Amino acid sequence: MFFTTPSGMTRRHFMRHLAGASALTGSALAMGQTLCVHANELKRRNKAAILLWMNGGPSTMDLWDLKPGAATGGPFRPIATTGDMQISEHLPMMATQMDKMSIVRSMSTREADHARGRYYMHTGYVPNPNIIHPSYGSVISHQLMAHRNDLEIPPFIAIGGASEGPGFLGMAWAPFSVDANGQVRNLSMNVEAARMSERIQALSRLETNFINDNRGSAAVEHAKVIQKTLNLMTSRQMEAFRVEREPAEVQDRYGRNNFGRGCLMARRLVEIGVPFVEVTLGGWDNHQNIFPTLQNNLLPTLDRGMSALIEDLYQRGMLQDTAVIWMGEFGRTPRINGDAGRDHWARSWSVVVGGAGMKPGVAIGATNDDGTAVEGPTYSSEDLMATICRSLGISLETTFTSNDGRPMKIANSGKVIKDLLA
Amino acid sequence: MEKSVWGASTATPLRCRLTFALLSAAVLALAYVGGISNSSAVYSQDIAQSSSSDIPRQVTKINELVEQVWRDFNLQPSSPASDYEWCRRVYLDVIGRIPTIAEIDAFIGSKSPDKRVELVSRLLYSDEYTEEFARNWATIWSNLLIGRTGGTANNSMISRAGMSKYLRDSFARNKSYDRMVHELITASGYAQPGAEGFNGAVNFLIDKVNDDGAAQATAAVSRLFLGLQVQCTQCHNHPFNDWKQQKYWEFNAFFRQVRAFRGATDMASAQLVDQDFRGESGNADEADLFYELRNGLLKVAYPVFVDGTEISKSGYVNAVNRRQELSQLITASPYFDKAAVNRVWEHFLGYGFTKPVDDLGPHNAPSNSALLQYLADEFRDSGYNLRQLYSWIILSRPYALSSKKTKNNETDDPLLGASPKFSHFYLRQMRAEELYESLMVASGAGANQGSYEQQEEQRNRWLQQFVTAFGTDEGDESTTFNGTIPQVLMMFNGEMIQAAVSDQAGTLLYETINKSQWTVPQKVDRLFLAGLSRPATREEKNLAQQLIQARRGDLREGLKDLWWVILNSNEFIFNH
Repeated sequence: MFFTTPSGMTRRHFMRHLAGASALTGSALAMGQTLCVHANELKRRNKAAILLWMNGGPSTMDLWDLKPGAATGGPFRPIATTGDMQISEHLPMMATQMDKMSIVRSMSTREADHARGRYYMHTGYVPNPNIIHPSYGSVISHQLMAHRNDLEIPPFIAIGGASEGPGFLGMAWAPFSVDANGQVRNLSMNVEAARMSERIQALSRLETNFINDNRGSAAVEHAKVIQKTLNLMTSRQMEAFRVEREPAEVQDRYGRNNFGRGCLMARRLVEIGVPFVEVTLGGWDNHQNIFPTLQNNLLPTLDRGMSALIEDLYQRGMLQDTAVIWMGEFGRTPRINGDAGRDHWARSWSVVVGGAGMKPGVAIGATNDDGTAVEGPTYSSEDLMATICRSLGISLETTFTSNDGRPMKIANSGKVIKDLLA
Repeated sequence: MEKSVWGASTATPLRCRLTFALLSAAVLALAYVGGISNSSAVYSQDIAQSSSSDIPRQVTKINELVEQVWRDFNLQPSSPASDYEWCRRVYLDVIGRIPTIAEIDAFIGSKSPDKRVELVSRLLYSDEYTEEFARNWATIWSNLLIGRTGGTANNSMISRAGMSKYLRDSFARNKSYDRMVHELITASGYAQPGAEGFNGAVNFLIDKVNDDGAAQATAAVSRLFLGLQVQCTQCHNHPFNDWKQQKYWEFNAFFRQVRAFRGATDMASAQLVDQDFRGESGNADEADLFYELRNGLLKVAYPVFVDGTEISKSGYVNAVNRRQELSQLITASPYFDKAAVNRVWEHFLGYGFTKPVDDLGPHNAPSNSALLQYLADEFRDSGYNLRQLYSWIILSRPYALSSKKTKNNETDDPLLGASPKFSHFYLRQMRAEELYESLMVASGAGANQGSYEQQEEQRNRWLQQFVTAFGTDEGDESTTFNGTIPQVLMMFNGEMIQAAVSDQAGTLLYETINKSQWTVPQKVDRLFLAGLSRPATREEKNLAQQLIQARRGDLREGLKDLWWVILNSNEFIFNH
C-alpha cells in the first residue's frame, strides 16, 4: 500500500508516480505554499543561480568601489576593466570579465551584525523570532524545480559553507552542504539494492504510523528527506561533485584551492540541472590588518575562481541562463580602525551580479567621495532578490503562505533594479 | 552488490526500486480523534494523588499556571503520555540518552504508586547516574558557552577538555547555579587540564576578551546569564528596545581588566589573567574607554550595570575587580533568575516563554509571565538548586502529556507561529549528542571503550561532521544535523549504524539473536524496547516476520534488517 516496486516502469512514469505521492502528502498537511504562477515556463527551464557568498562581510570599497585619495581609501589603486567601470588592482583577472558583470554600488542596509546580516541578505527579511524565512537557495530551487523532473540530487547545494535554511518551506528545501572536495559522507549502502528496498518498505510503514499519530510536521519532513536521500544515493548525477575529473588546465584556471574547486563544482552542478548553488569564501571579517590580508590572500583566491567561473559559463553559453551573485552580509567601515582593519558597515556597500539576461558591464549607483554614504537611490536585499528572481523568470507575484497562515510575497515585495533589467 | 560511492561503475538503475511513499499518512491523520476528557484524572492518578507528600508544591503551582492558559485559550490538553513514552523522555532529558531495556523493564514493572517520583529522584540524585548526568549537562553547557566548534581549531586557546572537566565537576557536585556563573564570569588561571593553576572555567571567556574590545565576552555574558541581547548596540542604539549604545559600552567596560595569553610555545600554557586597565586616556584611577557614535563623535564610558548601578572607575585590579563586581550585579539581577529558568523550561518542554529563549528584553514579552516569574522566584529561594528546578518541571503535568495532538489543541503549535501553550508535548529531534549516546546504548556498540577523555574525543570527532563555524567575530556556527540529508545518510550507512546492525559479539543485536529461550516475537519486542522504548505492536511483529521471510527465513539477517529499520525511524530520532 505504501510502497510500489516500479520495476518495468519507464523512468518518466516512475518520476510521475513519485511526484503524485509527494503532492498528496503535501496538500493534505497544508504544509505549504500557494503558488500564483503565470510565468513563461520555457524561460525557466534552463535557469539557475550561483551565489558566491563572502562570509564575514567583505570590504567592497577595496574591491569594487575604490576611493583613491580619500582618507578612507586605503592603499589599493583602481584599474580599468572590460566593462564601463574600474575595480581594484588586485582583481586583474576579474577586470577582463567585467563586460559580463555589473556592480551595484548603492546597497544600503541596516543589519551590521553577522548573523542578522547573513539572514537578511539571504532571505530579504529581517530576523523575526516567530517565523523563519526561506533563503535564496530554497526559494529559487523551489520555484525552478517544477521544470527539473530529471534532477535526482538536491536542488540547493551549498559548497564550503552552511548558507541559510529553508524556513517555512520545510526541510525538503534545505541546502545540501558539501565541502569543496565534493566528498559526501556515508553514501555507500553496504547492502544490495533489493534488500535495501525491503528495509525502506518496512521503514515507510513505521514512519507512516508515527505520522498518523498526529504529532506534528517534523515527522512528515523526516519522511520527505528520506526520499530525497534515496534519490541521491542511487543517482549517477553525484558524478557532478567530482571536480577532479576535469582536465588539469581547467582545475588550474579555477585555482587549486577550496574556493576554486567550489566554483568549478558549481558549474558542473548547474550543467546537470541543479537550479541553485552557493559557494562560500570566508575570512572577510577583517577587523585587523585588512590590506595585507586582502592583497595576499583573499583577493587572489577570489579573482582566480570567480573570473574562471564567469568565463567558463560564458564560453559554454550558460551565462545567459545563469544568474551569478557575489555578496556578503554587509560592507566594512570606510574609517580604518586602530588595528589597521575595518569594522562592520551596512550603510553603503556593493554587490556584483551578472548573467541571466541582466545588463552587463555597468556600475549602478554611486557612493560619495569617502564611501560613507550612497548618493542617489539606494537598494536593499529585497530589491536585489526581486531582480534576481525576475531575471530567472520567477514572477514577483509569487506568494507563499507562511506556517502561521500569512501570505508572504517572494523577495519581500522588493523592487526590481531597473538599470539591471530593462 | 556493492554500490560504488559515485555510482559510476554501477550499470543497473538501482534507484528505480527504492521509493518511499507515505501515501495516506496525512489523510489518516485528519481522522484522528483523541479522547481527552479524563486526562486530568489519569495524570492525577499517576502522580499527584499517589503520594502528595512527595510531590513538591512547586509542581502543583506550575500545573495551575499552565492550566490557566489552557482555559484562557480554550484548549484541551492531550492525554497523558504512556509510562513508556514518559520514561524515554526523562532519560533523554536528564541524562542525555534513551533508557536501556533493563531500565525500562524496571520502571514499567514497578508497582510503586510513586514510581515516577522515584525515577526522577534516582536519575537526579543516585550515584549510579552521577557520571551520565554530569556528562549530559556539561555537554549542554559547553555548547552554550563555547559552541560545538570551540576548541576544535588547532590554534584555539580554548581547551574543550578543560571546559568539560570544569562543568562536569560542577554538575556532579550539584554546585548552585549562581556559584557556577560567578566562577565562569570571574575565572582566571590556566585553560588546560593538568597545567599548574588549571581552572577550566576560564575556557568560557578565554577567546572572547582579546579582540574588538572584548565584544564577544560582552555579548555572551549578557545574553547567556541575563537574557539580554546587546550585540547590536555595539554600533547603534537598539531598534526594538531602550538599550542604548551607551549601555553596551558601559557593560563592556567590565571586561577591560582581563586578558588572555597564549603559551609561548604551545597552547598548554594558555591562560586568562586579571590585569590593571590603564584607561584609553592613560589614567588608571579613572580608567575610561571611548566609542564612536554613528555620526563619528567619540563618547566616554565607565562600568555601569544595566540597571544603572555604577562601580568605581578605577582600573586597578587591587582597588576594584570589575569582573567580580559584575558577577555580583548579575547574580542579583531579576533577569538572572528568569534567564535561567526560561532556558531550563525550554530544555524540558521544547520551547521557552520567549522566542528566542535568550532574549528577555522589554520588547519581547514572555508568553506566560506569571509562570516565568514564579519559577524564577522559587529557583532563587531554592538557593539556585538546579536539580530541584529540574524535578519540578519533570513532575509537572505539561511534561507528562502525550505528543499526539487532538482537534482541541491542534492550534497550539509553535511551528505555526503561535506562542507555546504546552497543551501537548512538542515533538523534537534529539540533539546530535543525544543521538550519539542513544545509539551507543541501544546498539551496545562501543560501551566502555577507552577512557572518559578518549570517549569524549571520539564523540567530538563524530559531531564535527555536522557543524560549521562561520569564522566571524561573533563566533557563530551552524549545524547541518537537524533533519538533513547528511543526517539521514549517517543513519542509513554510517559507521555507528553498521556496527549496531552487525552481529559482533557484545552488541545488543548479537545478544538478542543468540538468546535461545526467547521466541521470535520476544526478540522483536526486545529490539523495539531497545530502540523505541516500547514493545512492538501486532502489526510490527508481522512486519518483522515479513523481513525475516524476505531473507528466506534467516532470523539473524532478518533481525539485522529490522534493527536497521527501527534505528532509522522517525520515532527513534525524535524525543516524543
